[in-house]
Amino acid sequence: MVRVEHLNQTFLRTKKLPHIWCPGCGNGIVTAALVRAVERAGFAQRDVVIVSGIGCSSRAAGYLNFNTLHATHGRALAFATGLKLSQPQLKIFVIMGDGDCSAIGGNHFIHAARRNIDLNAVIINNYIYGMTGGQHSPLTPAGRKSTTAPAGTLERPFELLELARGAGATFGARGSAAQPRQLEQLIVQGARHKGFAVIEALSPCPTYYGRKNRQGGPVEMLRALKDSSVSVEGASGLDPAELSEKLVTGVIYVKDAPEYTEQYYRSTGKEPG
Amino acid sequence: MTEVKPVLMQGNVACAEGAITAGVRFYAGYPITPSTEIAEHMAERLPQVGGVFIQMEDEIAGIAAVIGASVGGMRALTATSGPGFSLKQENIGYAIMAEIPCVIVNVQRMGPSTGIPTAPAQGDVMQARWGTHGDHPIVVFSPASVYETFYLTIAAVNLSQKLRQPVILLMDEVVGHMREKVLIPEVGKLLVEKASDEIPPDWKPYDDKGLAPLVPFGSGHYYHVTGLFHDESGFPSGDPAVVSRSLERLHGKLEKYRHEVTFTSYIGHKEPRVAIVTYGCTVRSARAAIKKAYWQNRWPVGLLSLQTIWPFPAKEVEALARQVEMIMVPEMNMGQLVGEVERYSRGRAEVVPLNRYDGEMITPDQIFDQLRRWFA
Amino acid sequence: MGSRQEILLTGSGGQGLILAAIILAEAAVDDNKNVVQTQSYGPEARGGASMAGVIIDVDAIEYPKVTRPTLLLAMNEASYRKYLPKVVPGGLVIVDSTFVAGPFPGDYRVLPLPITRLAREKLGREVVANMVALGAINAAAALVNREILKNCILQRAPKGSGEINQQAFELGYRLYHQGMEPDRGLSAQTTQ
Repeated sequence: MVRVEHLNQTFLRTKKLPHIWCPGCGNGIVTAALVRAVERAGFAQRDVVIVSGIGCSSRAAGYLNFNTLHATHGRALAFATGLKLSQPQLKIFVIMGDGDCSAIGGNHFIHAARRNIDLNAVIINNYIYGMTGGQHSPLTPAGRKSTTAPAGTLERPFELLELARGAGATFGARGSAAQPRQLEQLIVQGARHKGFAVIEALSPCPTYYGRKNRQGGPVEMLRALKDSSVSVEGASGLDPAELSEKLVTGVIYVKDAPEYTEQYYRSTGKEPG
Repeated sequence: MTEVKPVLMQGNVACAEGAITAGVRFYAGYPITPSTEIAEHMAERLPQVGGVFIQMEDEIAGIAAVIGASVGGMRALTATSGPGFSLKQENIGYAIMAEIPCVIVNVQRMGPSTGIPTAPAQGDVMQARWGTHGDHPIVVFSPASVYETFYLTIAAVNLSQKLRQPVILLMDEVVGHMREKVLIPEVGKLLVEKASDEIPPDWKPYDDKGLAPLVPFGSGHYYHVTGLFHDESGFPSGDPAVVSRSLERLHGKLEKYRHEVTFTSYIGHKEPRVAIVTYGCTVRSARAAIKKAYWQNRWPVGLLSLQTIWPFPAKEVEALARQVEMIMVPEMNMGQLVGEVERYSRGRAEVVPLNRYDGEMITPDQIFDQLRRWFA
Repeated sequence: MGSRQEILLTGSGGQGLILAAIILAEAAVDDNKNVVQTQSYGPEARGGASMAGVIIDVDAIEYPKVTRPTLLLAMNEASYRKYLPKVVPGGLVIVDSTFVAGPFPGDYRVLPLPITRLAREKLGREVVANMVALGAINAAAALVNREILKNCILQRAPKGSGEINQQAFELGYRLYHQGMEPDRGLSAQTTQ
């Protein structure tokens, strides 16, 4: 386990801790990975901005000592798009939950990907709306239960990274709270990538998703996440049947394409402002 | 102020030019009739001045990006019409709560719903006031001419910055689409109010004592912006004392600067027996009627035109109600602002609505005929 | 309101009437007059009904819409029928006889001119019919200074089309002064 004391204190609003998340929630692990990633990437504190939407995960912004913008539900990427264009040097991390990003924010997600704007979208996917008490999201696997799908959801989930790839994202990676060091590396790679980077971070919600779907407590859920994870390299040796049971982690895709902010200012031939 | 050669300009273009003159360097929006010319003009002009134009994926993203850019230190504006204005409401509330300056233009069209996109109406008066949820303050200007559009846009931008408060420019299809003669000042000759770049040593992002400047992100002052109730530092608080103080402060700043945000003008008789109170394009019809009634017929009539409709110019209307026997309120809706006029007339004058809701302007004759009936 | 002139340009979308109205209004500004230009149109840019109004006055213009035109241009049959009754008694009505067959009642000064046909025949370009019409209108009503108007046409015309648009404008003047077939020197069509 990573302990808070080991993190760079200047990047944390320690007075705002302890956080509001439930015991066993993975949001703290992902947030810690993000803090370490910012440090490893070597970004200046003043250039780093955290934008978040609404939901459990979005409360991370309040604990991080940068300029932080806790926006409205689903709209974090649209807020971030305006901010990035106003100050292109900013390194913007957009923290969203699965519902926030892919349901109410789905339109902004695909269009940020289409523009290939240099934002780092960190989606904490716990398969559930936590803040409102356990409803299924577009990333909840089919058949899983929620308070609004007592017999299990009939809906099929998005494959988030493929959705982003189809829409034009140029970096897609998946990690989880079960492997925070890998997650940290993935965030660093995404942040250094010029273009729209999507990092899906699987994270346990023992309080709602775990309880509704008999996944056990925090330890069991983290272990299950870890056991089902397989690296991109490892996955190449598996047959499709085996792979369908697995969570492939690592950089899923990366490619070069023109970045929107840079393109914009090049087209105008002017400096911002 | 030096004014140069008069030019023919469309209302929507005057809005865009006014914004640029006032230092707006960011526009994000979504195409919608009858406001689209604002976006089109911004798309051409902003890149020339180092600004950013971006057409977003929807109306909500338009206002969201505007708020984002404003947090980044760019003066920002978005424009829309009724249906899009409805979609923007949640984020307008965010900007009020988080005290992010921005200007939202609504070129009103006939509604409800898709209505008649190219027909004029003044049906969004109450939406402009109460469209977003919660008990919020708002500033709304309503221009009656291309000239007023230019200058009220500048005022909207400046006051939005000063008060850290969204300002709505409630135009209508008539003013938005018509072209008329305007005098545009030379660039740089117009006062654009700029907040001091200096950050006070005891700066708090949301200072209880007054108007703390918005320090743009990226300048090394780390703070939190949220739509949750928050304390002076910007961090969420559910403390009842903090909550009530925040709300009182949001309302209080408009009350305190009421004289700066209230624009009205009066023409007509010094001691009128009958007055007209109106706003937007209907002012034009009322002015024509007043010219005939007062200048030609010498009837004791006057016209109070409201460039600011919210906060409602209560004192001005109250004073007028003390003077006159009757106040006529022509509006291109089924009666919206008339309720406020009635409220602040406090029974001192009879308040008579004059409504038209067929997608056409109220004519000077309609107003004149009402006056004639009164004086007959 | 004695000096208020209300001009209504009507026809089909695509005939360039709104542009003609804008040019006329710009010329009025340059000619130190007060002016308001408005328009109404449906969702279609081409083919639907199109109507543009210009109000010119030395006094301030309050009500911005044309209600009783002192001058009507009708470039198609439907708009001729629709707007003719709105014209003030004694008002001038210029119709494009290419599209409008009449009848032309005597309550108005109706001037049928083959605007579009001549644009096609003399200049080879139907699209400049709006400028022919503008020439005829200004020749008939002297709304603004002729040279100022001509200059505004040049400034507004798309690149490379300034000359032909100005030729069209001059053709409009000749059409008004000399009648239906200016080059053949026919006498002016009288107004009943």
